Formats: sequence, C-alpha cells, structure tokens
Amino acid sequence: MTAGLPFNIPFLAVVALISIGLFIILTQRNLIKLVMGIVIMESGVNLFLVSLGYRTGGIVPIFTHAPEGVMVLPVPQALTLTSIVIGVATTALMLSLIMLTYRHTGDIDAEKSRRLKG
Amino acid sequence: MASLSTWSPIVLVVAFLILAAVAYFFRSRGEPRYKEGTAQTQVFLAGEEAPEPDKRHIRAHNMYWGFFQALKRYYETTMNAHTGIINDYIIWFTSVVAITAVIVFIAGMV
Amino acid sequence: MDSLVTHSSILAIAIPLLAAFIVPLVSKVGDKARNTVVIGALALAEFLVIILARDIYLNGLHVYTLGAAATDLTIPEHYMVPVRIILEVDAMSVFMGIITTTISLAGAIYSISFMKEETGGDRFYTLLLLLAVGMLGLVFTGDMFNFFVFLEILSISGAALAAFRTRFGDATEGGFKYIVISAVGALVVLFAVGILYSQYNLLSIAALAQAIQYTALDKIALALLVVALAMKLASVPLHMWAPDTYSVAPAGTTPMIYVASQACLYGLFRVLFSLYGVSLDTLTIGWVVIILGVLSMFVGVTMAVHQSDIKRLMAYHAISQSGYMLLGIGVGLAVLADPQALASYGREAISGGIFHIINNALYKGLLFLTAEALFFALGTRDLNKMGGMFRNMKYTAIFFIIGALAISGVPPFNGFTSKLMIYESVYNFSPVLAVIAMLVSILTLASFTKAFQSAFTGPALPQHDNVREVPKPMLIGMGILAVAIVFFSLFPSLVVDTIVTPATDALIDQAGYIGAVMGGA
Repeated sequence: MTAGLPFNIPFLAVVALISIGLFIILTQRNLIKLVMGIVIMESGVNLFLVSLGYRTGGIVPIFTHAPEGVMVLPVPQALTLTSIVIGVATTALMLSLIMLTYRHTGDIDAEKSRRLKG
Repeated sequence: MASLSTWSPIVLVVAFLILAAVAYFFRSRGEPRYKEGTAQTQVFLAGEEAPEPDKRHIRAHNMYWGFFQALKRYYETTMNAHTGIINDYIIWFTSVVAITAVIVFIAGMV
Repeated sequence: MDSLVTHSSILAIAIPLLAAFIVPLVSKVGDKARNTVVIGALALAEFLVIILARDIYLNGLHVYTLGAAATDLTIPEHYMVPVRIILEVDAMSVFMGIITTTISLAGAIYSISFMKEETGGDRFYTLLLLLAVGMLGLVFTGDMFNFFVFLEILSISGAALAAFRTRFGDATEGGFKYIVISAVGALVVLFAVGILYSQYNLLSIAALAQAIQYTALDKIALALLVVALAMKLASVPLHMWAPDTYSVAPAGTTPMIYVASQACLYGLFRVLFSLYGVSLDTLTIGWVVIILGVLSMFVGVTMAVHQSDIKRLMAYHAISQSGYMLLGIGVGLAVLADPQALASYGREAISGGIFHIINNALYKGLLFLTAEALFFALGTRDLNKMGGMFRNMKYTAIFFIIGALAISGVPPFNGFTSKLMIYESVYNFSPVLAVIAMLVSILTLASFTKAFQSAFTGPALPQHDNVREVPKPMLIGMGILAVAIVFFSLFPSLVVDTIVTPATDALIDQAGYIGAVMGGA
C-alpha cells in the first residue's frame, strides 16, 4: 500500500483525523458537536494503532495453512478492538449525560448550560 | 529519616493534656451562682442591642474582606480564568502539552 | 496460605469485579444481602492486599504472569521479551493498594445509610465496586496498555458515580466534565503508548524500560504522558474540572474519586521513575513537575479561601495538597542523577511526598465525608446558610476539627510530619520553594478556620433547630478514618519505616523493577 508512494498515507490520515477532532473539541460550543469531535479523535488514534502493525508485503496473521512470508503484527489489532469498545462505552455515557443536561437546563451550549464556575 | 528521629508526638500530647488540665482548673474556679434568663446570661455587645441570631452570625462571604481587597487584581484574573466552559479546559491542556514538548526538546539540545 | 499469597494480586482485582456483577442479582433478595456482599468483597480485597504487602516487605517484588504455567514464568521459552500481561507489584504499588482498599471500604460503609434514601442502589454499588477494581488494577499492573484499560474503567465508573444523583442539574454537569476530560486524557495516553510501541514493539513496562533510548519520539511520548496524567490528577493549570466533579459526587464516593486521581499520580511516578528512569533528563523534567506542584499549591489554596460552597472548598484543598506531593517527588526526581544530593535530601523528599499521599488520602477523605454529612443533615452546601451546628452535630464537628488540624500541618497530627519532611528536604534544594509551601500551609489553616466558623460555631439559628446528627454508618465510616489519622499521628516513625521507606526504595530502584520481569537477562 505504501510501497511506491512517496509518503505514508495512513499516518497522514491519522494526523488529519486527530487535528480535525482536536479542532472541533477546542472550538465548538454545542455539546453534541463536542462529543462528535471526541469520537473523530478516537477514530484517529485507533487508525494509528492499527497502521503500526503493518509490515510491507505482509499477510494476514493466521497460522493455519499460512503461506511463506512476513505476517502483519496481530497485537495492535487486539489493542484497537479494546479501544473501540471503550470508545463506545464512553460515547454512550457522554450522550446520556448531555440528554440529562438538556432536561435540566433546556440548552446544550457549553457556555449557557453551565451552572458551576469560579 | 533524619528529621523524624527528633520528632516525638507523645511529648506534645502530654504537654497538651497538662495545659488542658490547667485550663480546666481555672474554669472550675468561675462564678457558680448566676440567675438564668436575666441579663447575666445574654450576649453582651458593649451595651448595644444584640440583633437576632440570623443577623448576628457572620457569613462566609464576609470573612477575610481585607485579604481579598488587597489581592483584588489577582482574584479578578483567576476567577475570570475559571470559566466553567469545557472547551477552555481542553485549550489549557493543549497549550500545556505544547509548552512541555518545547521545554523537553530545548533542554535536550542545550 | 502460600498459594493465597501467590495469587493475591489477581484475586484482589477479580473478587470485587465478580461482586460488581453479582450485586444486581443479590439485590433482588434484599438490601441487607446486597450490603453484605459489597462490604464482604471489599473487606476480602483489603485482607488480600495486606497479606500481599507483608509478603512484599519480607521477600521483595511480586510478579504475576496471567495465563502462564507458573506465575513467575514471565518470559516464555525461546522468547526474549515478555508476551503476556504481567502484574508487577512492588512496595510502591502495594502502598497505593492499601490506600485504595481502605478508602473504598470506608466509602462503602458510609454509603449504606445514604443509599436508603436513593433508588437504583444496585447500580450504585456495581459502579462503586468497578471504581475500586479500576484503581486496584491501575496500581498493580506492569503493562502499559493494561494501564490504559484500567484508567478508562475508573474514569467511566467515576463519571457515572459523580453524575449519580441525576435529579440535581449540577451533578450531571460535573459528571459530564469528568468524562470528557478523562476521554481526552486517556486518548492522549493511548497515543503515547502507541508511539512507544511503534519504536520498540513492547508493551510491558519493565521490558520497555530496559530497551528505551531517549529519542525524539520518546520525548514526545513523555510530554504527552506527563501532561495527560497531570490533567487526570488535577494539577493546576489543568485542574478546573476537579471542583465541579468533587462537589457533586454522592456520599462516600467523593473520597474514592479523589483516590482515583491519586492513583493517576502513582501512574505518573511509575512512568517517570520506572519507565524512563535514568535515561531522562531528570533536572528538566524534575523542574517541570516542581513548577506544576508549586502552581497547584498556590492557586489551589487561594481559590479555596474565596469559596462559599463547602465541597468546592474541600475540592480546591485537594488540588492544593496534590501540589505538595508533586513538589516533594519533583525535587527527588531533579536530583536523581546526582548520588550525593540524592542520599542527603533527595530520598527524604521522595519519602515526604509518598508519606503525604497516605496522610492526604486519610484526612482529605475524612473532610469530604464531614462535608457530605453536613449536606445530608442540612440539605445545602452553601456556607452562607449554615451556622451553630456544633450543638446539633457534635461528632461531625470533632471529626471536622481533627481533619482541619491535620490538613493544615498543625502538630501533633500526621500532616505536620509529612510536611516537615518535605520542608526540610526542599529547603536544601531551593529555599524559595519551602517558603511558598509554608505560606500555603498558613492559608490552608485560614480557610478551614473560615469554614469551621461559618458552619459550626455561632448562635443557634432558628431554621436549623430540628437538625440531628447523621446516622450511625456514616459516623462509623468517618470514625475509621479518624482513628487511622490518630494512629498515624502518634506513631509516625513506625509508619514511615514500615510502609514509606520500602516504597521510596522501590521507586528509585529501576534496575530491580526491570530485573524482576526480565530475569537479569
């Protein structure tokens, strides 16, 4: 995939996703958009973990009847699965708390729905 | 630990108990005969009328007024920095990461 | 008994985890059965941690490989590096383990009477047990990705507990801020773990510590890890989520969420001392940690004096006391490469910081519980509405006095002993820092005098005439911590020699940490 190309596309995609996610978290006041930014950043980090394991010309890491050649590393794939599941749980919790905040304050703007400051 | 070999809390506790015994002795020599309900058991404010308990108790936001007046500029800046908006918290985080990375790299090059 | 000691580290994590998922079933039987299961699981975990501690102080580091034929077979045959998840428990880990289980037990006992008023009790106890599991797993693990997983477990359960009383608007806001901060921080930790993995193909902390060279990518990973963990432990300027979250968490769980932050402090020290160790530029990183500590101390206490909400006041003091620990251990880190300074005052600074962790967990836990007792009795957290409570709530007032004197560093309490160690050693490093630390101590006493005067002394207010003392389980929970404070105050040398000095030695000794897993290879 990266052979023959002058730059490493997966890592460029990771940088793009993480910076877009970070930009959204820093500037968007709407709480739902903030959660979307966190999810985009999580996707960027998961893509980073998976693309770490790639070896050029590698094959699927399954031992049974494996042909000769270098295998892609399976450990980052396991780490990414764990991370995706944790991301789902975190997103579910964040979205349910936003729902409750809307019920209490009638607003999902980060500035207008805050009660605690100082 | 070098500093803890000389520290002995038992001495302090014994000293406190002795002083507490002395204070109790002095208190027990007070006036035992007084009449309840007369002016002898009411609050004395230098001859002024004592207000209701609700108005007499000094509230929390009135304490240390002089201290807060002296540091007014510091407190205004800091209280304004604590906005309560979640995006500002992440802005602080990103700036501190950037500053720390710069410090670590510069210290490595020097 | 021997096999119990060998398997105690994984059992201490597994038993509360099992209990967490059995609690919804048991609560169908009744409330008493549920409370028994919860308290029983946490008491059993504490017993296991204590026998593990005894074994570590006698025999050294304890390593447990998950899934291997024998528990100390860390590197399988024909392999050069460990491939399984390894729990590596040294004296510092078990020190944090003791703190975690004690505070979880006190919090669970305290919550019994609180949960009579609330619904959803089985979910509350599931979350409480999961929080205890997350904290214990974080301090016992020897693997970087496992560290990330337990960090997320404790963040999610902590945020759900903080937002538990959903009928209050500010509770959901506090929980939301905590989960956003934790999600961003944990993502950055995962990114840093990915960077380290990409260079060395290793996840185990001991193996990474042996292989690490301080390349540019390692420097980036270090900056990301240090600042993300500093945000999780609420050090200034990343602390602004902490007052919002600690002030709204329900009874008994605020000390646990606070000790979860201290577990992240332990994670920071593990990364700095055992993962990077002597390969880092210790003077620079030490000064970064010292600056974070001094800022935390000063901004924390000046904001605390200004507050009128009693739990926010306690939360700002929690931030300020974390600054003392960062200061002590930052000084120790800064002189790590200089053996003469390390022997003369560096060790004492690190010991002071570590001793302050346990003292702080005790008296800060007690103060949070007394603040929650005031909220339970009066229905308000606003100090402007309280007054004259000493007549109605004598025991709470006495516990408050013990906690307030301990946190201000007044002799003979235990706060004074750990602060004395920090002042003396930091003075040798740089006198200005010791002066700032003492000033912060005076301001701490000032703010607690203000809180005591507003809440407890003063005339009997007519609107609080029928306020009674809080129920017995709450008093027992507070009493456990108060008795521990008094014990630590009367025998400081005993505590330091038994618990703190082995932890200091284990933290400084990176070679021992590596050797236990890599087998001297």
